[in-house]
Amino acid sequence: MPSLKLQYQVDGTDFTRAGEASSSVKKNLRKLGMPADIIRKVSICLYEGEINMVIHADGGVIDVLVYPDRIEMILADTGKGIADIDKAMQEGWSTAPDEVRSLGFGAGMGLPNMKKYSDEMRIESTVGVGTTVYMTVRTGASQSA
Amino acid sequence: MTPIEFAEKYGLTVSSPGEGDSREIGGVYCCDLLSMVMGRASENDAFLTVMGNVNTVAVAVLADVSCVILCEGIQLDEPTLEKARAQDVCVLLSPEPTFQVALKLARELGMV
Repeated sequence: MPSLKLQYQVDGTDFTRAGEASSSVKKNLRKLGMPADIIRKVSICLYEGEINMVIHADGGVIDVLVYPDRIEMILADTGKGIADIDKAMQEGWSTAPDEVRSLGFGAGMGLPNMKKYSDEMRIESTVGVGTTVYMTVRTGASQSA
Repeated sequence: MTPIEFAEKYGLTVSSPGEGDSREIGGVYCCDLLSMVMGRASENDAFLTVMGNVNTVAVAVLADVSCVILCEGIQLDEPTLEKARAQDVCVLLSPEPTFQVALKLARELGMV
């Protein structure tokens, strides 16, 4: 059983609200007394995921499960899907439109950042159906802690 | 040196004080691509940019930098400024180019 379960609906139409779920998770983890480096890793993973959902999928649902030894994040959308996951994982590769680039995103860093800051990451995607990203950040504590 | 001390010494405008008088500047990171900042800025860095939109504030919070310094005379619009104040993000404004501000920080931090 997770010690804390959080769920967020990501609004796919409002780019300015991207980051609200990540900020809320950050606050909750702080309250739980999580180490700052763990909170930072989770925040980066979630924020990049949130931005991706807004740019590419018209929003989606984020679930965060906090266990003593790990934090699991599941980001599910019903967007257009990723045709070539290996390509999408390459730094610098992006299909983001120009208006997103003008806001400082779309540099092809999102998925590589998520991979870099999570301890485990798995992507399931079907073109035309949607994408689900699973990420785990380990806390360094034992399961029974 | 705190962000507020830096602002006072070099005449930068304090747009949002945030935690700028209680945090120490630990390093300097200059970039306008926010995803790159997310992945590469270190905690407590001063984050120098010309990207002054609401996502800049979100990235500053999540990457846990000590302050945002908007260079080249860039200003935040009112909703973004409100967000920065609400989230305790220190935002400083400088009319100078990013490099000039970074050079002053580097000298203060003993990097050069």
